Amino acid sequence: MLGDAFDYLTDWSNWTGDDGMLTLLIEQLLLTVTALAITMLIGLPIALYLGHIGRGGFLAINISNVGRAIPTFAVLVLLSVGFVGTDELGPYGRAGLATLIALVLFALPPIVTNGYVGIREVDRDTVEASTGMGMRGGQVFWRVELPLAMPVIMTGVRLALVQVWATATIAALVAGPGLGNVIVSGFYNSNYGKGLAGAFVVAAVAFVLEVLTIGAERLVAPAHQRRTKRAEAPRRTVGAAV
Amino acid sequence: MTVLSLAGIAAPTAADDPSCYARTTNKWICGAYWKDYQSELVDATTQHLQITIAAVVLGFVIAIPMAVIARRYSSLKGGILGLSTALYTIPSIALFPILVLFTGITMTTVIIGLALYSLTILVRNTLTGLEAVPDDVRESATGLGYGRTRLLLKIEFPLALPVIMAGLRVATVSTVALTTVGVIVSYGGLGQLLADGVQNDFKAEIFAASMLCVALALALDVVLLGLQWLLTPWVRARGA
Repeated sequence: MLGDAFDYLTDWSNWTGDDGMLTLLIEQLLLTVTALAITMLIGLPIALYLGHIGRGGFLAINISNVGRAIPTFAVLVLLSVGFVGTDELGPYGRAGLATLIALVLFALPPIVTNGYVGIREVDRDTVEASTGMGMRGGQVFWRVELPLAMPVIMTGVRLALVQVWATATIAALVAGPGLGNVIVSGFYNSNYGKGLAGAFVVAAVAFVLEVLTIGAERLVAPAHQRRTKRAEAPRRTVGAAV
Repeated sequence: MTVLSLAGIAAPTAADDPSCYARTTNKWICGAYWKDYQSELVDATTQHLQITIAAVVLGFVIAIPMAVIARRYSSLKGGILGLSTALYTIPSIALFPILVLFTGITMTTVIIGLALYSLTILVRNTLTGLEAVPDDVRESATGLGYGRTRLLLKIEFPLALPVIMAGLRVATVSTVALTTVGVIVSYGGLGQLLADGVQNDFKAEIFAASMLCVALALALDVVLLGLQWLLTPWVRARGA
């Protein structure tokens, strides 16, 4: 089986063509980036504002707990069979819209929770000191709270990215777009080598994405936190597997 | 245990009564479906529950020693936490196929995969709970002649229990949701019904499986909450 997977991966013809792995990979990366961008545009302003005014914490934190209890597979099925349908959506492929909606729904919890927690966890003394120095609300937010909360916010983005990538792979179970199709068609047709090959590619890309975002997290960390050991940085929220 | 194959559950044909789940009506919410397909629903839910419980128990059994070791030997802490967190990066639909290499197309594959995922939360919470035990409490116990093991079992674990239980609840709830993806190796519990529903455009089946899945997660969460209440009488006494 491992040999079959290796053969599948090294046969260039499996990568090229209209339903080759390269096309599927690009399709899934496009879905992932789009969904993450939409989620950040919707989720971050709300989460950061709630954190700044210190309200809505119950909602911001519990949205993650609710998100965990709902199977991504079920949501994908409900959206594609029911309300949204499986029409082609440009470069996003079959069931593109249903997939995008599901991706955004499941990326929102980590981004909202971490955005809120990040801002709330900024040392209250620091915030008071900046108010005491005569900063107005907006200045406190942009110059003090946001930079200090950046590591926690970025952890949320990283968790969301992992979530989006995984959910996008599962989309293939509802005949949606992406690399999951290689895994699904391999396993549903007892062509296990192919399925395993797809799984390796999906896992490898997941690791690359994780490493890239950890790099991005370091870049945006405030200077004093960058110098200290990474393990010491606040990490209150842990991702759930998808 | 009935093995639910993808094609095994037949969709209703046009010959059926014009009930709410017939091809022509195909309603989402359909009482007749729940009644007529009761045995499939029970089988799928049973398998789902079996996989979830086995996975969480296995994860818990592995997580506890990992956390105790990480607590005792601080040089291993980073590695243990890193290992248990790194796993969650791999999407489940890719992890199950990779595990098939070792355990084949079996229920064990799904159980092991889900147990590995639960480690992320279980190890972290158990460690956090153990670390939160105040030093003076530990010192008093040592002063009273408690050895290392007795200290761990009689003092540290009970005090860490609320945090450990919180982790167990999160792990259980996410495992219930994740079990559906086991469909890729034909052991997905309620996920089998979801996959069948997609293939046959069978809305009542999809809706029932989705509802049962969420209900199962909530029910297990409540059970664990009750268990925690029973296991920590001192917390109750303080509240009263």
